[in-house]
Amino acid sequence: MKIILNIWRQQNATSAGRMVRYEVPNANEHMSFLEMLDVLNEELTRKGEDPVTFEHDCREGICGCCGFMIDGVPHGPQRGTTVCQLHMRHFHDGDELWLEPFRAKAFPVIKDLMVDRSAFDRIIASGGFISVNTGSAPDGNALPVIKKCSDMAMDAAACIGCGACVASCPNASASLFVSAKISHLGQLPQGQAERDRRASRMVLKMTDEGFGYCTNTGECEAVCPKGIKIENIARMHRDYIKASATFREETSGGGAG
Amino acid sequence: MSSIAVNSGLNRTATFYHSVVGKKVVMAVSGFVLSGFVLGHMFGNLQLFQGREKLNHYAEMLQSLGGLLWFARFVLLSAAVLHITAAFQLWRLKNEARPQAYVKKAHIATSYAARTMIWSGPIVGAFLVYHILHFTTGQALGDQFIKGDVYHNVIVGFQNPAASFFYIIANILLAIHLYHGVWSMFQSLGVNHPKYTPKLKTLAKVYGWVIGIGNVSMPLAVLVGLVK
Amino acid sequence: MALNLDSKIPSGPIEQKWQKAKFEMKLVNPANKRKYNVIVVGSGLAGGAAAASLGELGYNVKCFCFQDSPRRAHSIAAQGGINAAKNYQNDGDSVYRLFYDTVKGGDFRAREANVYRLAEVSVDIIDQCVAQGVPFAREYGGVLANRSFGGAQVSRTFYARGQTGQQLLLGCYQALERQVDAGRVKMLYRYEMLELVVIDGRARGIITRNMVTGEIESHVADAVVLGTGGYGNVFYLSTNAKGSNATAIWRAYKKGAGFANPCYTQIHPTCIPQSGDYQSKLTLMSESLRNDGRIWVPTKKADTRDPNTIPETERDYYLERRYPAFGNLCPRDIASRAAKVACDEGYGVGPGGRGVYLDFSESINRLGRNVIEERYGNLFEIYERITGDDPYKMPMRIYPAVHYTMGGLWVDYQLQSTIPGLFVLGEANFSDHGANRLGASALMQGLADGYFVIPYTMGNYLAGVKPGGVDATHQEFKAAKEAVDARTKKFLSIKGKKTVDDFHRELGKVMWEYCGMARNAAGLDHAIARIPELRAEFWENVNVPGSGAELNQSLERAGRVADFLELGELLCRDARIREESCGGHFREEYQTEDGEAKRDDVNFCHAAVWEYLGDNKVPARNTEPLEFEHVHLAQRNYK
Repeated sequence: MKIILNIWRQQNATSAGRMVRYEVPNANEHMSFLEMLDVLNEELTRKGEDPVTFEHDCREGICGCCGFMIDGVPHGPQRGTTVCQLHMRHFHDGDELWLEPFRAKAFPVIKDLMVDRSAFDRIIASGGFISVNTGSAPDGNALPVIKKCSDMAMDAAACIGCGACVASCPNASASLFVSAKISHLGQLPQGQAERDRRASRMVLKMTDEGFGYCTNTGECEAVCPKGIKIENIARMHRDYIKASATFREETSGGGAG
Repeated sequence: MSSIAVNSGLNRTATFYHSVVGKKVVMAVSGFVLSGFVLGHMFGNLQLFQGREKLNHYAEMLQSLGGLLWFARFVLLSAAVLHITAAFQLWRLKNEARPQAYVKKAHIATSYAARTMIWSGPIVGAFLVYHILHFTTGQALGDQFIKGDVYHNVIVGFQNPAASFFYIIANILLAIHLYHGVWSMFQSLGVNHPKYTPKLKTLAKVYGWVIGIGNVSMPLAVLVGLVK
Repeated sequence: MALNLDSKIPSGPIEQKWQKAKFEMKLVNPANKRKYNVIVVGSGLAGGAAAASLGELGYNVKCFCFQDSPRRAHSIAAQGGINAAKNYQNDGDSVYRLFYDTVKGGDFRAREANVYRLAEVSVDIIDQCVAQGVPFAREYGGVLANRSFGGAQVSRTFYARGQTGQQLLLGCYQALERQVDAGRVKMLYRYEMLELVVIDGRARGIITRNMVTGEIESHVADAVVLGTGGYGNVFYLSTNAKGSNATAIWRAYKKGAGFANPCYTQIHPTCIPQSGDYQSKLTLMSESLRNDGRIWVPTKKADTRDPNTIPETERDYYLERRYPAFGNLCPRDIASRAAKVACDEGYGVGPGGRGVYLDFSESINRLGRNVIEERYGNLFEIYERITGDDPYKMPMRIYPAVHYTMGGLWVDYQLQSTIPGLFVLGEANFSDHGANRLGASALMQGLADGYFVIPYTMGNYLAGVKPGGVDATHQEFKAAKEAVDARTKKFLSIKGKKTVDDFHRELGKVMWEYCGMARNAAGLDHAIARIPELRAEFWENVNVPGSGAELNQSLERAGRVADFLELGELLCRDARIREESCGGHFREEYQTEDGEAKRDDVNFCHAAVWEYLGDNKVPARNTEPLEFEHVHLAQRNYK
């Protein structure tokens, strides 16, 4: 099958980008979308042109590396699927597609379809963890966890941090990503001690990284390859409101005397 | 270390408002006040259909509240100011958060109402100003305005097709605004549960429809001569 | 110069070795810890856990990963679970039993003391991960759930749906980011290690390439830790991530670190087969599918009929026929080789004839669709997403694929390589799995090394050396940097006719054909001759577009493939000399009458440790004898 691609080409973060048209005449319905791009890149390399840069690694939908816009939808038309698992059988011979990087101020383009999502790491670093040094843990069964809570924490923890939620959001908000982590840890008994601090810091960090706000459109939930629910965003708002009212950041370390 | 100071009361409020969540909470709370007012206002005004005496009596009752009325006005005005300020700031943020637009962008889940909040809001806001000038202070009605005779003012005002048309459009937009806004308000305040959320969404839809039909019915009734 | 292969195993009863070793280790004064710089390369379970734990202790840590975030490391893709000798199920498990099973499963080619320690700390791993908030599966009463995995007779596997690796890695990543925020760990992402720097016999730093700007940089440290994973991508197609590579361990090998048992590679029997030449990777389907699926091929060669129309009489359920006792549940290596034999003989199905059917129709008829859906629903979904076929209606097509490499850099009991100051953790080392890894043990080993071994052994090493003393202006750093520069320029200047992937695919074909599931002397000799030819052609005819001063994915791949082209040869040499069959290394010449691997404990009960002697020189083979005091050498028997 033949596929026509309009791909965003941008040399680096500071240069201007533009759409460039390519044809892949020998695509095959069994290929994954990324394998189809591999074929294009092999061809470009043979012709001495610069291959298209796109991020990818595990190619089995779990590492969260891949992701770009296909016709204005992150990861393309197949729901619950990352672009590495999207197969060409969902397209037709002669289809013309538009490929763009995820766009957000907090996700600057590095090259072509590759963006810098390190803002996500910085948000996690601001509080998306449970403070427990190696070796200081009690027995795994010392603290029973209600199965339902554990299951719901797992639902939220399934997030792969790909950034599709930000890309699809009309406001480039990272609310789904941030709330998934707040929900994951906040629903477990282990996560209670730092629950206020976590919500408070992560929300402020998300704001300072330049992400937008949530207008509850549900766009993120619809494109999330792991089915993370916007119910988590409500939980984040709840936790943040409570934390804002009651949480006190410690002022000084005290010190052992 | 992240140094985020949220200790003193002032700082705490400023920090809360600084965050994207805080602004949305302000939007939701002020929206709650305004949408509640809109409902009450509508029910009050529907007394138009019960005749001149009933409506004017209702207006007199409101005026007689005195300090309480001014307090209500103050709350409503504050809510409106907060709602509009937060909306404006969020609109700016939205543009900042995605400086380069997509060449092609599809909407999968976003409802028409959600997509149009950003301009249904300002139009409703402009309408609000006109509405006050029209029926509360009377400047927009000019010589025809009779202080105290609300019924008269309404009939005269709505007999002007242009004014009625603006009312109808603005109220349809208000209904659409509420259609997304009411459900969104709950979500922003952290109310979301698989058991209740579908019901809340239905409530929001009903709310939008009720406000829309109720408010449009008045200029429409005057225009077609049902109420004289 | 022979390698010093002192394993430094503490004396005393096996149950007390680790306690004794911990007590005997030297300690670094808490106030001095921040004066020591430690480099950790890799941010998966092993590297990430090490970086986080060392940061918590107060060392100055720099952690490097080639991905855009430490959360991307390929540990994330592990599905099944993690073993731990908790005995929560009261079914007779113990540290000793986990130790015993692992040594036996490894076909008696692992070091007993290391394996015992692994089993011993496995219980701490679960505690640590639970405390971090890893959402392991729970029973209704709130306690942790377990399942049995990979034929183990006890339920000792902890799991988080089918995403155990992801959840463990996220726990580790969060601990790491916490240290980043605390300023104890500096995370350098999109950095690739291209050279190890050894000064006065000690590992003192690395040379990296900033993958965004192309800048070649020197990083000085008092010790270097490699947690860079396995080398399965030497086969081109594997279940590894596209980016998984051996460059870090290969550079270390060429700087003097011994490379142990490269020929031990694990082939997983149930993967989705290749659909064409464009195929970029293979996807694993959980082994549990063989519990209810029947494996068959048509009795007619090159049969292209719709499988549902092939009558029973024209189907060969070859595993049930050849192994009546175990049938479809026979061990991984047997199932893999049998599939290869069927396809080699021309009975394979699907594109290229490289696949066999895994049929659920009988189970669906017997148990009902609901039961099958409940057991395997998500796997069927993955299968359908990739192949477009509905496994409820059409038999699945499966084929074996390279999955894990047991070999790696040689390390002693302290996880230190033959280069002092260079520590190697997780899949990158050779230490715990012998010739074959058991299911749900990879995650255990990565975390054991990173959380519970290296924090002690690193202190012991650093307590014996003075911090600092060299900087990036040292001659060795300059020389290493120049070598990297020259290599980069060389790649870019060849401007040949073939792409990097052309060579990688070609290498993969040779490796898979001659050094894959079944190996023999003639095939290995051919590969040992062929790979250097391919390597020579690569250096004359590869085309790497673009420049070195920008993000250049072709250049990144070129460096990795150049190293695979050398490692592949070593792998074949190791396989050629090991004239026995054990675990993941199967030599056709050495098998029992019914096709089982036949070990030669008289001549090969040792780890083969390869020593680099120079380019185009045959490396030296050193050996570390293995002694089995507790688990007695016996032929594995699955009948």
